[in-house]
Amino acid sequence: MELSGEETTNLLELRSISKWFGEVRALEDADLTVGTNEIVGLLGDNGAGKSTLIKIVTGYHAPDQGTITWKGRRLQHLSVQRARDLGIETVYQERALADQQSLWRNIFMGRERTRRLGLLDVGGMRSETETLMVEFLRFTSQAVTPESYVGSMSGGERQGVAIARALHFEAELIILDEPTMGLSVTETRKTLDFVREIKAAGKSCIFIDHNIFNVHEVADRVVVIDRGHTAGEFRTSEITVTDLIGRMQHLAETGTLDGGVATKAEA
Amino acid sequence: MNSVEQAPVGASPQRRTEARPPRHRVTVFYRRYGLQAGTVLMAAVIWVIFAVGAPETWLHRDIYSSLMSTVPVTQSGIIALTLTLVVIAGEIDLSFGSVMAVGTWVFMSSGQSGLGLVAGIAAGFGVGLLNGFIVVRFGIPSLVATIGAWFFWAGIVLVGTGAGGAGTGSGFVPELLTGRIGGYVPAEMPWMIVFALLLWVILNRHRFGAHVYLVGDNDQSARMMGVRSDRVKMGVFALNGAAAAFAGISSTIETHYFWPTVGSGAMLPTVAAVFLGGTSIFGGRGTIFGTFVAAFVIGAIEPGIVSLGLTGFYTQVIYGAVIVVALIVQSAVRGRAAR
Repeated sequence: MELSGEETTNLLELRSISKWFGEVRALEDADLTVGTNEIVGLLGDNGAGKSTLIKIVTGYHAPDQGTITWKGRRLQHLSVQRARDLGIETVYQERALADQQSLWRNIFMGRERTRRLGLLDVGGMRSETETLMVEFLRFTSQAVTPESYVGSMSGGERQGVAIARALHFEAELIILDEPTMGLSVTETRKTLDFVREIKAAGKSCIFIDHNIFNVHEVADRVVVIDRGHTAGEFRTSEITVTDLIGRMQHLAETGTLDGGVATKAEA
Repeated sequence: MNSVEQAPVGASPQRRTEARPPRHRVTVFYRRYGLQAGTVLMAAVIWVIFAVGAPETWLHRDIYSSLMSTVPVTQSGIIALTLTLVVIAGEIDLSFGSVMAVGTWVFMSSGQSGLGLVAGIAAGFGVGLLNGFIVVRFGIPSLVATIGAWFFWAGIVLVGTGAGGAGTGSGFVPELLTGRIGGYVPAEMPWMIVFALLLWVILNRHRFGAHVYLVGDNDQSARMMGVRSDRVKMGVFALNGAAAAFAGISSTIETHYFWPTVGSGAMLPTVAAVFLGGTSIFGGRGTIFGTFVAAFVIGAIEPGIVSLGLTGFYTQVIYGAVIVVALIVQSAVRGRAAR
């Protein structure tokens, strides 16, 4: 499963991860690596183990076997708080926003900037939000201000707010769990643009989506999970989306991605 | 540019958003200040009705001196202010009537001194903290948990006092809490203003207040983003308990006699003031200003009805109607603004 030598500075490495839930083995010897400034797409059927693997990265589940390495250092006890401190942010589909609160209060949710006695630096947070809106969210119109309610925004804009928030707090790895689910075509485009912004900002990303076209479009590399195991991986520059779909179908029918994949031939 | 709605899918996002400002701005203004403006308007209308119907009462300053002493403590306006935080946080506290009695009892038992005042308020704080702990630790809906606490603490005070009352003395504490400034303004009024200013700062300019809004708006989101929701909730219950004790002690001193049942009639007007002031029953939204104005509207209803020559029995009818109408108006505003 090794890729060629350029992967020496991996940001995150999961090796031989196994996880049981009672009698059920959710993951079996699963591997996942994320390079510095790399967008990794995670593909797999429902119940393949994508979510479990992600929850291990975010510190929500502890693996029963296997190792987690972050910037070359092995992590022993990864908690949700510790993962966040390391710079791992998860963007859940629409679920970590407060609709009746203003944009700036959402951006700084749980991490408000304060001055003495815990008093809020409202001016500072508003102007930082304004900068973020212009530079990242590209809300150029006067209609949306830092005081706008998040509940009044479109699904794509809300997704942008969640991603911007993760980027703003200097996350090095942003995990997007089904970010385009339930979004319109235009909103999906906008969300994919946000993922490109992550790349442009020099950060890394794990991108989970059922839509192979979306994943192929923004990811540098695609990792395929099947029945708790890493079935294979491809560089998107070396495989066409049609070919990728063909292999995924082959996987569903035969249980294998067909052995000698494009990237492995190069190694 | 009235063909905006027909703009093709490929139209630039800039063009699409440019069509939004008027509606959007109005929405923001409407949502932020609409309910507060409505509360003020309602207060004005009610005052005009009373002033026209009973000018001899409402155009004379005595009624205002009276309202300034009854609204903050007897009608528990101060508790309505802290209860606003509890409701914004998505919870409710119905036990404050009994907590008024607990705090006052502790104050009376400790010699009615300055230290006794501190002890009484601390007792209220403690009971509130316990309420919050029970709610967050055992996941019991606060409505049920605090009804339980209401009965429990009322019973404790009755058992502890043998249902007997006691007269209050005079001195520093009574002067501090209920003295008359310039012979006219009751000290209860500046105290309520102090509470309102302090709570406004906490709610709008402090991290704790920011978390109160977030927890009430979307508890799960707030938790995922690292807000310590349990602590926030325990904090608002504790504040409410402390304010209840303060109001109980002040109203007892004002009436010169401690009844173990002090606070037993406080629930309806206090809760009515919070909802009339525009605080959302679903949490996440509400203002100190709205509650402040609404507390005086609620406090004016009883003397207003009597001054109009109606029987005081109408008071409860109006309190009840006010709660229901306020919630209907809120729901209508929310529905329109959400579009």
